[in-house]
Amino acid sequence: MKTFNYHSVKDVKEASKLSSSKSAFLAGGMTTIPSMKLGLANYKDIINIKGIKKLSGIKVSGKTVTIGSTTRHAEVANSKEIKKAIPSLSALAEGIGDPQVRNRGTIGGSIANNDPAADYPSACIALNAVIHTNNRKIDAEKFFRGMFETSLKSGEIIESIEFAIPQKSSYQKYPNPASRYAIVGVYVAKHKSGVNVAVTGAKSCVYNDKNLSDILSKNFSADAINNTKISASGMNSDIHASADYRANMVKVFAKKAVEAC
Amino acid sequence: MASLVGSRVERKEDKKLLTGRGKYTADVNFIHQTYAYFVRSPHARAEIKKVDISKASKAPGVVAVLTGADIANDKIGGLIAGWRIKSEDGSDMKVPAHPPLANESVNYVGDHVAVVIAESLDEARSAADLVKVDYKILKAVVKTKDAMDSDQIYKDIPKNMCFDWLLGDRAKVKEAFDKADKIIKIDIINNRLIPNAMEPRAANADYNPSTEEITLYTTSQNPHLARIIISAFNGVAPENKLRVIAPDVGGGFGSKIYPYAEEVVCSWAAKKIERPVKWVADRTESFLSDCHGRDHVTHAELAVKNDGTFLGFKNETIANIGAYASVFGTVTPTYLFGPCATGVYKMPAAYTNVKAVYTNTAPVDAYRGAGRPEATYTIETLVEKAARELGMDPAEIRMKNFPTEFPFQQTLVHSVDSGDYNAGLKKAMEMGEYESFEKRKKESESRGKLRGIGFCTYFEACGIAPSPVVMMLGCGIGLWESAEVRFNPTGNVTVFTGSHSHGQGHDTTFAQIAADQLGIPIENIEIAHGDTDKGPFGYGTYGSRSLTVGGTAIVKACDKIVAKGKRVAAKMLEVNEDEVDFNNGEFVVAKSNKKKTIGEVAFACYLPGTYGEVKSPLPDGEEPGLKETSFFDPANFSFPAGSHICEVEVDQDTGETKVVKYTAVDDFGTIINPLIVEGQVHGGLAQGIGQALYENCHYDDSGQLVTASYMDYTMPRADNFTDFNLGFTCTPATSNPLGTKGCGEAGAIAAPPAVMNAVIDAIGKEISMPATAEKVWAACNKKNKNSEAA
Amino acid sequence: MSKVSLEINGKKISKEIPDHTTLSIFLRDILNLTGTHVGCDTSQCGACVVHVDGKSIKSCTALAADLDGSKITTIEGLTTNGKMHPMQEAFKKLHGLQCGFCTPGMVMSAIDLLKNKKNPSDTEIRDWLEGNICRCTGYQNIVAAVKEAASKM
Repeated sequence: MKTFNYHSVKDVKEASKLSSSKSAFLAGGMTTIPSMKLGLANYKDIINIKGIKKLSGIKVSGKTVTIGSTTRHAEVANSKEIKKAIPSLSALAEGIGDPQVRNRGTIGGSIANNDPAADYPSACIALNAVIHTNNRKIDAEKFFRGMFETSLKSGEIIESIEFAIPQKSSYQKYPNPASRYAIVGVYVAKHKSGVNVAVTGAKSCVYNDKNLSDILSKNFSADAINNTKISASGMNSDIHASADYRANMVKVFAKKAVEAC
Repeated sequence: MASLVGSRVERKEDKKLLTGRGKYTADVNFIHQTYAYFVRSPHARAEIKKVDISKASKAPGVVAVLTGADIANDKIGGLIAGWRIKSEDGSDMKVPAHPPLANESVNYVGDHVAVVIAESLDEARSAADLVKVDYKILKAVVKTKDAMDSDQIYKDIPKNMCFDWLLGDRAKVKEAFDKADKIIKIDIINNRLIPNAMEPRAANADYNPSTEEITLYTTSQNPHLARIIISAFNGVAPENKLRVIAPDVGGGFGSKIYPYAEEVVCSWAAKKIERPVKWVADRTESFLSDCHGRDHVTHAELAVKNDGTFLGFKNETIANIGAYASVFGTVTPTYLFGPCATGVYKMPAAYTNVKAVYTNTAPVDAYRGAGRPEATYTIETLVEKAARELGMDPAEIRMKNFPTEFPFQQTLVHSVDSGDYNAGLKKAMEMGEYESFEKRKKESESRGKLRGIGFCTYFEACGIAPSPVVMMLGCGIGLWESAEVRFNPTGNVTVFTGSHSHGQGHDTTFAQIAADQLGIPIENIEIAHGDTDKGPFGYGTYGSRSLTVGGTAIVKACDKIVAKGKRVAAKMLEVNEDEVDFNNGEFVVAKSNKKKTIGEVAFACYLPGTYGEVKSPLPDGEEPGLKETSFFDPANFSFPAGSHICEVEVDQDTGETKVVKYTAVDDFGTIINPLIVEGQVHGGLAQGIGQALYENCHYDDSGQLVTASYMDYTMPRADNFTDFNLGFTCTPATSNPLGTKGCGEAGAIAAPPAVMNAVIDAIGKEISMPATAEKVWAACNKKNKNSEAA
Repeated sequence: MSKVSLEINGKKISKEIPDHTTLSIFLRDILNLTGTHVGCDTSQCGACVVHVDGKSIKSCTALAADLDGSKITTIEGLTTNGKMHPMQEAFKKLHGLQCGFCTPGMVMSAIDLLKNKKNPSDTEIRDWLEGNICRCTGYQNIVAAVKEAASKM
């Protein structure tokens, strides 16, 4: 790993001020540090934002669950409040990586990185999340822009993620046998306003499958999507799973998720 | 004292390893140490037009940048192929030059081009980026099947063929096939694997200019072999000036049997710069440059009668040996493969033809089982298919063709000294509840899952021997083993062995043997290995050889100790030698019950005199001291065998396949330590199931290794398995006094066909390894479509 | 360079280190605590697992500077007065290790499991150990050892 200047900051302003095109914010570091080691990324400055108190913590109100960006996966997985309000969200956190990753990795880091096979982006889409940054609020639908790409601007820091509590929900994934990231992960959430079917792992970026969402909004049952064709077009194809296989898995796991709701 | 052989002794080596006090090569540091970083080829095949080191040489902290030109100038020899194979037409195998640093061409991604040596690893790595290599990129040859029809990689090696080897009699096979009622045919691929010992390879070489001695710490299964190769072939230093130490080694599985370019370069460079040079592979380097395993494409046929009797077998295999012929790379697909390919069956006629091809991929060499998994997968896939096509029970067809008398002259080479294959299979069927399989199948179906059952009955040839025979067949070394048993004056013992433990538990198993032989407590015995300056030359650990060959050498050395002890005890007890018996550590005179313990005798051997008197306990002409050495060269291989039964459950929606029940009944002859033997079977099974369901080395068409990290190479993890059900039968080996046969490779040999036969049984389709979820799903899906159409 | 103060195996340590020093390098190269191993260096194999403030993490993927002020326990810190931790004892008793390379990380991870769950089932143990790769044992004796330790702790 090439060397860099390490900064530990106490407030968001300081963090934002230090940032540049050659810097990275460090939350969990679960992707940033391996990427630097493998020479895939190099930074002049690493800005540790975990010392900023207000970025961490879990708040549950009547209609929403708000999670600070540096909150670790293990905290989300073990939170009694989240387990009660959105059990599928704590279950999702429980399934990220391995215990050691969950003890370090953060929700903000995961979302900012927007790995096409990460779990949290699907939760954001399915649970109509609003991403709160130091400058603005961004709807999840507009936040995830493409592979490893978000609408965050340089120096912009995610402060928290606000999830809408659904009536029912479930996240089901089929992990890549090697990396354990999602080959396909489907997050189904039934809100009063309708159903979201957020899919991760299948394409270059998380997406809401409008067709499945529409069908399930009308008839929330696994049988309702039995005869739906999922197109393989635009789906990822790699040594672990072809586009056709992923298309099949989207349906299989959408059904599993509906059944588990 | 109760015998320790056969008891579950907890391992002596564990405490250090459990408390962080192990010492692996990466843990070794020298004063004034430098760090090496290798510049490797990013291309699968290219000519090197120019290597420009000018910028790198001037980079901060850089001590030296060395290239293939320096290797050539210093006349450092190339890496070697250790086993010469002759083709069917009598010609010698063809071997390209393999310099430790490439000079003219690079031939796989990861091939060594230059080494940067610097004050720190960070500096070495940064400077390596500044080495500019001008390549002329050439079209890579990647696929095993197509290698003979692709561009020629090496000028003097037409069709990229190393050899075209035949074992067996084609004419006899033709006769047998002409008489057959049915011919069963298969086309299979034995998927290429990456060994992935958890400890990455490493080397740390120190040079003392005043004594001109190099001390090389390295991750080796075989430090004596490393020394002789680096001395005699690479010419880095004379053997007496090269000390090789393989301290604690974190797994090998074949990939650490022989020295690689890195050890040669570090040793040579340390001498050149007169400073220690340390190199530790990162995981990517391990993936790229450790020798890989397997990689066969096979067409095989079995001629049968309608009653299931086997008449003949033919095996046409293309074996990919990678870019260069590695040390055991040529014997693995020949003498370790061909003779075992007829399995545990009476087979009147057989042949195996292997065409070994070069490709622009990492060299392929021995990996746990080495040749025998490929052989077993071939025959066991065929036999199960024969059972299906003849409508016979898979157990019945096997039993029908088992030999029942031993020694059994196996078709192609081996005279199998002992075994009872029927007993093993029957026991496996009982333990695996074969009779109630249909009930379990129905239960799975009630949950929407497919369930299948698969068999594998195997034998393997371990402890390659005797040396004159293997050398006649082309092996460049002998394959005996040494032991030195050294009594210390105070009565405790150090046993030196030429084999090497890197997880196998020799410190315990060998101490159990010596404790029984010498009648002293196991706590008083230390096993020393892994240092060419300690103990005699030996051949290391691989091929399930250490106990049968090395363990026997210990027995023989102990016998010599006891023989000398008897002579000395007789003198001390003032009786004739033939009046002395040795039991449980005591030399006893039966008629008088006078005795001396072996400790007393050892003490007397080292302090042969009494104060104030001229009186020696040693017989006239007997030398003082109590230390004996034995070199044991067995008369034959040993032949472990077993029956494994696997049940899998398949989710048709996802294709996910899980091993839900696995029964292994093995015959390893005498078992010294069941605790350790069970562990060896578990580990082998995990690797075998890994090959069948998960692991696959994948190069793309340009020769880039796609599976070069744990993100893409599927390593089996704890949640991939349930507990395995193990049982044993025992027919002692007759080729060594312990009666042991070897146990390290059995699981990796038996599991792939057992699992794949179960998968095929579950889905009713033949598919190739690994049976990944997508492959199984695609096969199920096709079947469904077909049945819909029908 | 950053100044880092850590408590390692009960001993307070302050060092001036390059900013990019990972905890694994800090432990192995600076403190000579070589019981923590590096098998992949990219947080997949788990040979480098240690405890930070009582929780297991992969030390190859944590910056030492980031852990300033933390309490760290490594495999070397588990023994008290020469007596092994019950988890270490159980691994020895049931042959839960062979080459020993993955073992320190495996043991540290397993101890963290028992902090979270007193009597885990086989499945829970196997799931928890997802981040620790062992090439030797086939995991069976590791699972048995963790259960044995759970019964003793």
